[in-house]
Amino acid sequence: MRIELKVNGESVAAEIEDRMTLGDFLRERLHLTGTHLACEHGVCGACTVLVDEEPVRACITLAAALEGRQVRTIEGFEDDRAMQVIRECFSEAHGLQCGYCTPGMVITVRDLIQRGRCADAAQIRAELAGNLCRCTGYAGIVKATELARDRLK
Amino acid sequence: MKAAPLTYHRAKSIAHAMELTAKYDGTAKLMAGGQSLLPMMNLRMALAEHVIDVSGIAALRECRPVNGKYFIGAGVTHAMIEDGRLEDTTRGYLRHVAGGIAYRSVRNRGTIGGSLAHADPAADWPTALLALDARALIEGPDGEREVPLAQFQRGLMETALNPGEVLKGVLVPRLSSGARWAYQKFTRKVGEFAHSIAAVVIDPKLGLANVVVGAIGGKPLRLSMDDTRWPGELGAAVERGSYEHQLHQTMVRRAIAACASS
Repeated sequence: MRIELKVNGESVAAEIEDRMTLGDFLRERLHLTGTHLACEHGVCGACTVLVDEEPVRACITLAAALEGRQVRTIEGFEDDRAMQVIRECFSEAHGLQCGYCTPGMVITVRDLIQRGRCADAAQIRAELAGNLCRCTGYAGIVKATELARDRLK
Repeated sequence: MKAAPLTYHRAKSIAHAMELTAKYDGTAKLMAGGQSLLPMMNLRMALAEHVIDVSGIAALRECRPVNGKYFIGAGVTHAMIEDGRLEDTTRGYLRHVAGGIAYRSVRNRGTIGGSLAHADPAADWPTALLALDARALIEGPDGEREVPLAQFQRGLMETALNPGEVLKGVLVPRLSSGARWAYQKFTRKVGEFAHSIAAVVIDPKLGLANVVVGAIGGKPLRLSMDDTRWPGELGAAVERGSYEHQLHQTMVRRAIAACASS
């Protein structure tokens, strides 16, 4: 089937298989490989992207369902101040090691800060429970989120 | 894994969705946010030759007061309820439940109607809405019908929806100022499917005094509010002394205590 949508501000039209997920569409068709696929059943959060500026999981969203919608991937934040600050904080506070979870993690953190859902470490941990990291043990991620929250005040 | 090949249909209206489900009877699944269905399809635990996407139907997101109750469209997302983007006539109960479902990125797409129609006994809405004595509004070839939630879910992922019918939404009561509620959920990790849920809603003015346990058997279980009766009722549903029994018992006790002190 044919779909038309916007990805990182650009109009995209493509012929896709009906069953294709947004994650596969981004990676295999548009070669936007910053969106990482891991569990592919909505548990790990690595594939988190924005649809109409709200975080969603690209592995459990059909590309076909996004006709006319706006998708923003990790490649689409170059002019975004909040994301720039979050990236710096993740680097400073050791919020990543291998980097596999990082695109989904920072997109989720940006949403938490915007919605004011990062009052303290306990809330940050609860809100980030849907993004799995197997390297850091989360301490660095929580610190980076607190740091970014304070700098973006 | 990826879902098996399927044919995607975009329903333009409720009538169009009804027409498509009738046409592909037995081989089609309606999909709203797809947050339960697609993971199952990716894992090949669920198969559907035809997927009928109802997420674009604006009429399914309509909410309005109806005869002292409140109607919530089936396509309303958990995040919309969590954020208070619609009226919460349940004194914070619906917002509390919505905010505790899975993760925000799931709540942004998952819908209240999708959750009810999917009918996973460990999901939040089947238990939470049963404790409110909510009613399902179903549109079908013969018109609209209203089904009490107690009769809507028949068992594990089985509902009263017939081929050609679409769940339009749910009617919830308007709780009075004297109402009290508690919602206790046990998960080992934030956001995972519950191992046990206990919901208690009391509203003397509306005659509501409900205790419901979720994540038990094929569908949520109603218990008596009476302390001398519910342990026996629970014991008849799960093996006494088992881990599940102890867990459910603890959650019910906690919910009743939390409700009493709320």
